[in-house]
Amino acid sequence: MKARLDEQTIALRVAKEFEDGMGINLGYGMPGLCANLIPEGRTVYFHGENGVLGYGALGEDKQKDYELINASDQPVTPMPGMCFFDSAMSFDMIRGGHIDLVVLGAYQVSQTGDLANWGRPGRPATGMGGGMDLAAGCKSVIVMMLHNTKDGAARIVKQCSFPLTAKNCVDKIFTNLAVIDVTPKGLILKEVAPGWTAEEVQSLTEAPLIIADDLKEIEL
Amino acid sequence: MAMNKVFSSCDDAVADIFDGAVIMIGGFGSYGGLPISLIVALAKQGARNLTIIANQGGVGLELSKKIKPGGYQDIGALYAKGQVKKFIGSVPALGGMPPTSPIETLHREGKVEIEMVPQGTLAERIRAGAGGLGGFYTPTGVGTPVEIGKEKKVINGKEYLLELPLTADFALIKAHKADTLGNLVYRGTARCFNPVMAMAAKTTIVEVDELVQPGELDPEVIVTPHPFVSRIVEVPR
Repeated sequence: MKARLDEQTIALRVAKEFEDGMGINLGYGMPGLCANLIPEGRTVYFHGENGVLGYGALGEDKQKDYELINASDQPVTPMPGMCFFDSAMSFDMIRGGHIDLVVLGAYQVSQTGDLANWGRPGRPATGMGGGMDLAAGCKSVIVMMLHNTKDGAARIVKQCSFPLTAKNCVDKIFTNLAVIDVTPKGLILKEVAPGWTAEEVQSLTEAPLIIADDLKEIEL
Repeated sequence: MAMNKVFSSCDDAVADIFDGAVIMIGGFGSYGGLPISLIVALAKQGARNLTIIANQGGVGLELSKKIKPGGYQDIGALYAKGQVKKFIGSVPALGGMPPTSPIETLHREGKVEIEMVPQGTLAERIRAGAGGLGGFYTPTGVGTPVEIGKEKKVINGKEYLLELPLTADFALIKAHKADTLGNLVYRGTARCFNPVMAMAAKTTIVEVDELVQPGELDPEVIVTPHPFVSRIVEVPR
């Protein structure tokens, strides 16, 4: 079986999208890895919906300050210019379009960019947290996830079967097999993991993929 | 404005919370920002049929050990004796945790009702309640299960949902410092839901690390002005 990218490598590829000066929210789970992978020479401002903008790299667990955490409960480090605010202002920033980019995990993304990332069968009490506001309000929405479930089922689907976070909100999908743009024409396969062909990626994807003319291997 | 707001214990500060009360509990979810001593006092006090409004439903002492060595008490302490009738919040249970938190267990057994609210909508519903507003239109939740039963309106070509205000009988919140008047400052990400909840309840009870005299807090940095605060308890952490 061919190797798929590990989570750290997906995070490295996602972080290449971070442009100088951006305000960026990293969603719960895997996206948090991106905090330590900002491309050399760029400055970005990480937003935590719990009320912080401009935190630094992830901190050491052993010296955890429980009053300086990101929204995934991970300790983070202070940076010059960092600021704190309450939850209402934090979501004004999000809904009002003052945050440039959010990286969210997902259970499913549809061919029209619908996102399902909070509810799954058997867990009716798990909540959406800030995901719905982030997906509805941030200028750009990136999804970072594994291409398939543990059982091999497709996560990039024609239509989401899990409850939605927001409709038609995802701009780009980064997985352990591919980079895909969500466009009005459909899903465009832009990059594939080294050693993988477009046909192989399509066979693991339920939604139809349009192969980009300039399809290339994922580079870091 | 009541003059003596300083209480000597959390037990005294929560003594008059009544059965059926609606209670906001500040914090984001985990240890930082959570009014833990007040929650423990409320669990001891035993008021029942409570409606709890909070961002997270609490993971309970056992699962909290995954977040902080040794664990800590959170809203989970209130479910043990069946004190909670309904929970309103954005993360009743965490998807990344095993399905064994007190609220998730009781919800499965049909013993706790849950109203799921997106986090930004929750903050804004509380702010609307605090500010005497009748509600607001938000794009959050359009096209999702959250829109069910809500008025939809197109404003400037975009769809919005009407969301209604939230208020409470009591708010239990955590701040870093208070002066004896009730002016509050917070520390780091422990601010979160505390300032908005402080404004939205008939009686706001705050647990602080340190109590100081009026004049000792810089007026330029006070986040919660004293009319919003009813009772103060100093609990050094």
